[in-house]
Amino acid sequence: MSTATIDLEHHGEHEHHGPPKGLKRWLFSTNHKDIGTMYLIFAFTMLFAGGLSAMAIRVELFLPGLQLLEPDLYNNLVTNHALIMIFGAVMPAAAGLANWMIPLMIGAPDMALPRLNNLSFWILPAAATMLILSFIVPFFPGGGTQINTGWTIYPPLSVQVGMSMDFLIFALHMLGISSVLASINIIVTIFNMRVPNMTMMRMPIFVWTWLVTAFLLILVIPVLAGGITMLLFDRHFGTSFFNAAGGGDPVLFQHLFWFFGHPEVYILILPSMGVLASVVPTFSRKPLFGYSSLVGAMIAIMIIGMVVWAHHQYTIGMSLGAVSYFMIGTIIISIPVGLMVFNYIATMWRGAMTFETPMLFAIGILLMFSFGGLTGIMLAVVPADMQYHDSMFVVAHFHYVLMPGAVFGLFAGVFYWLPKWTGHMYDEKLAKLFFWINVISFNITFFPQHFIGLAGMPRRIVDYHAMFTEFNVISSIGGIVFGLSHLLLLYIVIKTVRGGKQAENKAWEGAKGLEWELPSPPPFHSWTTPPKLAAS
Amino acid sequence: MAAISKRLGALSVFSLLAGWAGTAGAEMALNFPEPAAGVAQEIYDIHMLTSAIATVLLVIIFAFVGYSLYYHRKSRGYRADQRFHETWFGQWSWIIVPILVLGIDLTIAGSAQKTLEKVWEVPKGEDLLDVKVIGHQWWWEYEYLDHSVEIDGKPKPVRVESRYLPEDQAGEDTAGYLRAVDNPLVLPVGKKVRFLHTSADVLHAFWVPELAVKKDAIPGYVTETWVDLTREGRFSGQCAELCGTWHSRMPIEVEVVAEAKFKAWMEGQKQTMLAAAAEAAMDKDWTMEELMEKGRANYNTKCASCHQINGKGLPPAFPALTGGAIVTGPIPAHLDIVLNGKAGTAMVAWNTLTDLELASIITYERNAWGNDTGDLVQPRDIKAARTLAVK
Repeated sequence: MSTATIDLEHHGEHEHHGPPKGLKRWLFSTNHKDIGTMYLIFAFTMLFAGGLSAMAIRVELFLPGLQLLEPDLYNNLVTNHALIMIFGAVMPAAAGLANWMIPLMIGAPDMALPRLNNLSFWILPAAATMLILSFIVPFFPGGGTQINTGWTIYPPLSVQVGMSMDFLIFALHMLGISSVLASINIIVTIFNMRVPNMTMMRMPIFVWTWLVTAFLLILVIPVLAGGITMLLFDRHFGTSFFNAAGGGDPVLFQHLFWFFGHPEVYILILPSMGVLASVVPTFSRKPLFGYSSLVGAMIAIMIIGMVVWAHHQYTIGMSLGAVSYFMIGTIIISIPVGLMVFNYIATMWRGAMTFETPMLFAIGILLMFSFGGLTGIMLAVVPADMQYHDSMFVVAHFHYVLMPGAVFGLFAGVFYWLPKWTGHMYDEKLAKLFFWINVISFNITFFPQHFIGLAGMPRRIVDYHAMFTEFNVISSIGGIVFGLSHLLLLYIVIKTVRGGKQAENKAWEGAKGLEWELPSPPPFHSWTTPPKLAAS
Repeated sequence: MAAISKRLGALSVFSLLAGWAGTAGAEMALNFPEPAAGVAQEIYDIHMLTSAIATVLLVIIFAFVGYSLYYHRKSRGYRADQRFHETWFGQWSWIIVPILVLGIDLTIAGSAQKTLEKVWEVPKGEDLLDVKVIGHQWWWEYEYLDHSVEIDGKPKPVRVESRYLPEDQAGEDTAGYLRAVDNPLVLPVGKKVRFLHTSADVLHAFWVPELAVKKDAIPGYVTETWVDLTREGRFSGQCAELCGTWHSRMPIEVEVVAEAKFKAWMEGQKQTMLAAAAEAAMDKDWTMEELMEKGRANYNTKCASCHQINGKGLPPAFPALTGGAIVTGPIPAHLDIVLNGKAGTAMVAWNTLTDLELASIITYERNAWGNDTGDLVQPRDIKAARTLAVK
């Protein structure tokens, strides 16, 4: 992003103090936009790392038989893919958007706690190094066994794994600390740094989604930290938290993990849903439909989302009463989620739509996320889940929720705000091409997985019975195209950073919000004097 | 891999398309297999109901979005209705939509609850065939708790060890690649069966799609499911909870047969068990040839999935036995690790095997693949080691 750097410095010179030069600018940065940029670059790098592991998985599954990967390496990649995508790609990318956009949207000069901001970013590369080490350490002599547990790291299997599991636990701790620090910063910023007259109920929905997400993170990350610390003690210090032979309980870990893991799904999705609240009204040229019900819906999602975790573990042998509760609780989540999707569709309704790339992604999200949500209701039904559980149907379901729900939302946000960040319009033709390749190959990859799951193919297997061949072939072909298509995204982003049509302050005709009143790109210190906001 | 290469031949783009059209897709399943139990039928029905509801909802959502995308676009000259959110609909949708969704939710949850109550809990006060299903890395053990034989004056339940058969060992008449097992779980048709699930090491999950009920095998827990078998046939499934290296090679084969055939099979199992017990109880000195022959068979079924047929293992997870420090070192240490396992690794305690089985395996390991220690371990040595372990 060298050109952007110069641009930002150029604007910086208008201020009393510009940014420091060279490496120091990034290493010691306390600037929300620089840190936001670093978050985004980091996330993009991780997207490719996680994508490579996914493509290796799909190549192995192209045909029955063991072609490319040893079983443990396959399991290691399955673990690695999930962790890198969740903790390395989606969460940092959403944090990058938050860093960039929240101060711009609420009229603040910067985040409330700039040094904390620096720390929460710079923990990430260290954590990612640990995470990658956990993957590669077993390849060295004496490095122990590979992590063959999946990202859920259930004991007792995770107690069997060699030292790479300790690297992983350490990485998760650091990633958690980074997220909690970033969340504290975001909450403090939102509560204290809004311009006069911007009441809570006048904040952009994107800011609201991040407020809810930040609270969720602070509530659930410590539970994960507790669980993996207990796991570490079981591994090395002779405790038996999760060892039945010592009076412990292997299922306890699952409860702790999913008490974090289920809200984590909403942590991944909500910021992207917030992006939609900016994108859909802009390109429909019509105010957002149902602002307060959206706020209510996301708070409801946060609360209900925290008390339905055990639907990930219907097969552990819970009582009839317990599974009934978790089933009904889970199905009820469709009310706030449905209301959210409804509000976005109602925003499009009777609008004057144009279909720039962010809007294309937004529409794609509404359609595919609805599909993922509906298979989610099917999965919530306990008796049917006795068949679906741990099958490829689940894999198809959560990719339909998380790719559109989280990743496509981030893509929409990147295309929507790229003109603001870089001062250049991106290449609309190429971006649309990227959208179509991306979305079509995504569907080719994951749609067939519903069928092989229903027919009886379990997830996380390196090799499968020949009856599943056809759909796996289709899925793998789609997966390779899908993976490669992100190179086009990289090209488009680099091209936009290096040049392109100058973006106006208000890059989109229908855009509303404070961020569009600043120049594109904004000055180094975003709002040195708070903008005037009329009292409602 | 013959079956696969045959399949690959048929896997041109053309045949893929034909598969879509249904001509070549006889085996290409799109949905749950035909249920083989009453509970599986219930689960199939609720699955079809929720799929239907989901499909209808999806069509409605797509229809609204599609309509909007076609008509409400700037290029058609449509002018945005800036007051849409102020109409009565805009004012009240926040309550109308949740009520509609709640109605759908309650429809689904109501039917689901009814099915759940039918399938979840094992019927009480009925005559069920109890089968204990024990998951191991990476094989299944089935114990028929209602059928036992008397060995050493103690009743022992009839047990079946069921292991993955590599394709070159599987015959024509098996479930095929990755699905063939040496000993299937045989069950009588028309009978209610209760499965008691547990595990000897890590988490596993018992899953046969035709029976639909899936349950985790958790060490230290006994979980239960039940099925009322409605038709005869051979049904394949596999472990559904990631359990380590060979998770993909933990097939399950259930053979549902007529009551009479089941009785005959059970009688045969009992005779085999008694014969094996009698052989193991013989107080005799076994020759090297005898132990090596038995040892090879026992090693290849019980030990080779980790340590491999050639004894080279899969380091670092599964150490090589060829020239290994333990198998060529002092005998007591070798006995100890086999009998008691090694904590924190996949090596479990093998003390449920008979003295003869253990003696043959240990003798085989100490003399096969060029280990050539010449050590001969007799069943009585195992017995002595066991009493030592008890102390």
